[in-house]
Amino acid sequence: MGRIKTIARRSFLVGSTAILGGVAFGTYLYKREVENPLEAGLGAGEATFNPFVKINAETVTLITPRADVGQGAYSIQAHLIAEELDVDLADVRIEPGPPSPAYYNGVVAAEGMPIAATSDTFLARTGRGAADVAGKLLGLQLTGGSSTVPDMYDRLRMAGAVARETLIAAASVQTGIPKGQLKTENGAVILPDGTSLPYTELAEIAAETPVVKDVELRDPAMWRDLGKEHMRTDIIAKSTGTQAYGIDMQLDGMVHATTRTNPAIGGGILGFDATDAEGMRGVQAVIGITGGIAVVADNTWRAFQAAQAVDCDWGPSPYIGDTGLQFDAVAASFVADRQDSRFKDEGDVEGTSENADVLEAEYRIPYLAHAPLEPMSVTLKLSDGRLDIWTGTQIPGFVQMNAAKIAGLETDQVHVHALMSGGSFGRRLEDDYVRQAVEIAVQLPDTPIKMVWQREEDFTHDFPRPLAVARARGAVVDGAVDTFDLSIATPSVTESSLGRMGMPAMGPDVAIVAGAWDQPFAIPNYRVTGYRVPAMVPVSSWRSVGASGNGFLHESFMDELCHAAGVDPLAERLRLCSHDLSRKVLEAVGEMSDWGSELGPNRGRGLAFTLAFGVPTAQVVEVTQTEDGIRIDKVFVAAEVGRVLDPVNFEAQLSGGVIWGLGHAMNCELTYQDGIAQQDNYHAFEGMRLHQAPQIMVRGLENGEKIRGIGEPGVPPAAPALGNAIFAATGQRIREMPFSKHIDFV
Amino acid sequence: MKLTVNGKEHEVDVEDDMPLLWVLRDELGITGPKYGCGIAQCGACTVHVDGISVRSCQLAAADVDGEITTIEGLGTPDAMHAVQAAWTEHQVAQCGYCQSGQIMQAASFLDLNPTPSDDQIDAAMSGNLCRCGTYPRIRAAVKTAASRLQGA
Repeated sequence: MGRIKTIARRSFLVGSTAILGGVAFGTYLYKREVENPLEAGLGAGEATFNPFVKINAETVTLITPRADVGQGAYSIQAHLIAEELDVDLADVRIEPGPPSPAYYNGVVAAEGMPIAATSDTFLARTGRGAADVAGKLLGLQLTGGSSTVPDMYDRLRMAGAVARETLIAAASVQTGIPKGQLKTENGAVILPDGTSLPYTELAEIAAETPVVKDVELRDPAMWRDLGKEHMRTDIIAKSTGTQAYGIDMQLDGMVHATTRTNPAIGGGILGFDATDAEGMRGVQAVIGITGGIAVVADNTWRAFQAAQAVDCDWGPSPYIGDTGLQFDAVAASFVADRQDSRFKDEGDVEGTSENADVLEAEYRIPYLAHAPLEPMSVTLKLSDGRLDIWTGTQIPGFVQMNAAKIAGLETDQVHVHALMSGGSFGRRLEDDYVRQAVEIAVQLPDTPIKMVWQREEDFTHDFPRPLAVARARGAVVDGAVDTFDLSIATPSVTESSLGRMGMPAMGPDVAIVAGAWDQPFAIPNYRVTGYRVPAMVPVSSWRSVGASGNGFLHESFMDELCHAAGVDPLAERLRLCSHDLSRKVLEAVGEMSDWGSELGPNRGRGLAFTLAFGVPTAQVVEVTQTEDGIRIDKVFVAAEVGRVLDPVNFEAQLSGGVIWGLGHAMNCELTYQDGIAQQDNYHAFEGMRLHQAPQIMVRGLENGEKIRGIGEPGVPPAAPALGNAIFAATGQRIREMPFSKHIDFV
Repeated sequence: MKLTVNGKEHEVDVEDDMPLLWVLRDELGITGPKYGCGIAQCGACTVHVDGISVRSCQLAAADVDGEITTIEGLGTPDAMHAVQAAWTEHQVAQCGYCQSGQIMQAASFLDLNPTPSDDQIDAAMSGNLCRCGTYPRIRAAVKTAASRLQGA
């Protein structure tokens, strides 16, 4: 991770030109094999064959470095290794491993490039290759962008196969039996006479055996678990209260802390009076930290109570602090010098033929909080030049680097232990909460500390999904969509996030137009323009990032144009569709939903399609207008991912994405007053509750050659499909989220 | 004061108004009940007092007037309660952070209403928030658990 300092300065992470420059520069470093971090802590008789498998006399350990924030990442990573290694996951240890460049993410940087998923040109392939180079050179260990499966699909199966073949070689050395007569099964090498040699008994000799690297991956037709229904590795623990999350960490002699920083974002603290708090039961210390105070006590609740009792003198927020004014700043950004990108520009959107019907519309999208149910929390201990950190994080390497800086240590003196996270949705791509805790530890060394945020602190110190305004102008000619011109103005997530990581963001920010510029439709006159709003309150990635709002913009306007043209929204999308895999997704959702059939009075059906994270996803929402408001009855989802590895979790992730997209579109906004987020707990920001949840039918398509991730693609089409269904049922077109500002829901 | 948790009696020295949740988590080290909101809006802290579900973040320690059961006392990985078994069978959990509370809510609800209608399930379970969106499987698991408990 130390390489980031030297390499990131040259900045090829984002922006096409800069990235292509990075390829030549990085060739030598890139081709060098990465170090295996497991070798450092290896005991006598312990064997490791690559950064993902370790075996000793007691157990087989699989390393699953991508963070599990509820999407099932640990389970699928372990299954990918186990499928080739032939181990039963009930008999092995699964660990996230230490932060290490060996666990770099080779695909996520490609999301920052203006390369359409539908493109397979030389430049597109080169660009995707550059993402791998960039990820490897930076040691970019990051979980996000639905990248875990695409990034790890080959790497982890290969790691399992290499370990298996090396264990066979070790067994051959031990028994004198040729390798070709040995096979593996259930954690053991099987001899021709049926004798079983457990991997654990082979560890010592395997440690001395040269690693077998020339291996072949199994034909998927031979898979035992992958592709078939199987149980996630965490299901039993999560059904019995025995799953330990970051917030559950316990150490001997541990104290409990909480922090309170200026709710007016970035306002800082001018001074504080802790007299009352210091006299409260159980309070051990009240200390100043960046932007606020921390209370250390013998119980979390006592720390919460005391934190509220500290009299703080807050400074004013330096940002535009009121949501009305924030929207004004966005609306004022459709000007030439704020134009950020125009990746899509086909035909002539300005020249409109005489017999065209022209349509114009403006859409608005609010700030949204992540608010995972487990509040930000971290446990740590700083002692004798060693800092241990236990927490849920998607960026363990950055945590290590930043903690070292604050504590005045070298990075290798900081040990990050990743724990299961109670949700994230992008929130744990930030390490602000860890940095606060390290500040506390520096002032209270030799004491194990668990820091937990109050929920109100969590809501008011989120880095939200940014707000946006879009202006759309289109035309229909002779009953067909002819012109589609979409302009989107929003602050840059990439600029904001990379700035906090200490990395410059070069070139245009693809996130501003993601899920809109790259849609597979051959509209004759078609343009998508991104405008970058100057930075306001800091913002970050929120489940499906730019596409989370842009799907709504693109697909709501597409529906408006289809309606204006008097054509069926599915038939028109199919007519315009220029991408075979996407067309099949649209056809599938049409068939699943019995599109075109009569629904009855007060009912309506809406369609939306978004290609995001390489996954074409189509959804049909059915609603009924009742006396109590709109009821969402059913949602049909079809998505193309190349190969479904875990059908049960596949359905869970897509359904969860739909509910995430619908719930926030219906009910949620984060608004600011004087720089303070006004929604500070779930009573004011509910997402969706069970009584509003529809039936959801999911179908995975496996026509594509590339395997894709599924945590995010379910989100973008949900809101527009709902809006379009409400229009079909009621005639009311909603162009602003949350929809509850305009219509009631059951 | 004395508290009986999962059949075991504990003596704790806490303020009368400390919420039960923090007595369980920080004084007794019982971490199945989760902190989510602190204002009875999410249900992650749900436990039973004499079999009835309560939000432990809003119940003052001094007001506890019965035996407490947490998710750990409902059943164990080796001997699951019917609701936990149904949750496992349907693979309900994603992040799982809310599921201790969901399961405790469902177990208490099914104890009071063994043959619930769909609307009754929706009403009983809507106080428990799930940010991952596991609701369709929660509905299915409650129904499976209900039929199992009926057959038992």
